[in-house]
Amino acid sequence: MILSALIILLAAVGVFFTFVAAVGVLRLPDVYSRSHAVTKADTLGVGCSILAVALYFGTPGEVFRAIVLLLFVYYTNPTAAHAITRSAYSRGVEVWTADTEEDTQ
Amino acid sequence: MSELVTTALVAAAAIVVVTTVLVLYRVAVGPTTYDRVIGVNMIGTSIVMVLVFLSAGLDRPEYLDIAIVYALLNFVLSLVVGRFTYDSSGVEW
Repeated sequence: MILSALIILLAAVGVFFTFVAAVGVLRLPDVYSRSHAVTKADTLGVGCSILAVALYFGTPGEVFRAIVLLLFVYYTNPTAAHAITRSAYSRGVEVWTADTEEDTQ
Repeated sequence: MSELVTTALVAAAAIVVVTTVLVLYRVAVGPTTYDRVIGVNMIGTSIVMVLVFLSAGLDRPEYLDIAIVYALLNFVLSLVVGRFTYDSSGVEW
């Protein structure tokens, strides 16, 4: 009973943080802040949902694979976002500041 | 595990799919290529979430392997775009 409640709670937290990441990608002003939303919120959402599924199965093989997937996503998601934003900065994509905000208005 | 938990996990997968459709707006309008790549990267991460939820909700543990492979391919996509479009001229660090 407590295990079921914990699984549903972790899944709900995961879905919530994915929604936060989607809102961030849609609403934030430039590439760098959007990648910040994806890297932090979405990675946390994936972590919570993978933990929920690991608790659901509870057998050693599935828990091991879930933890491997969790560590892999935690390691690769920020690395990928860093590679993209580094490339964007080297190509001269404009950084959003208060000044550029006034220019566009 | 009870009926409620599997139904909740399948419903969570459905909500993540709807959220992913919202991100398609950013992939469509840009404005730069890097915005689109960030959007595709997030869609890939969301698909990993959907696969993980469905592996529990439909009671198919082999979907976890598919999720691992999908996460790997998603990482390779972002890294290839990041490395091959990197302009090292005029970078000071």
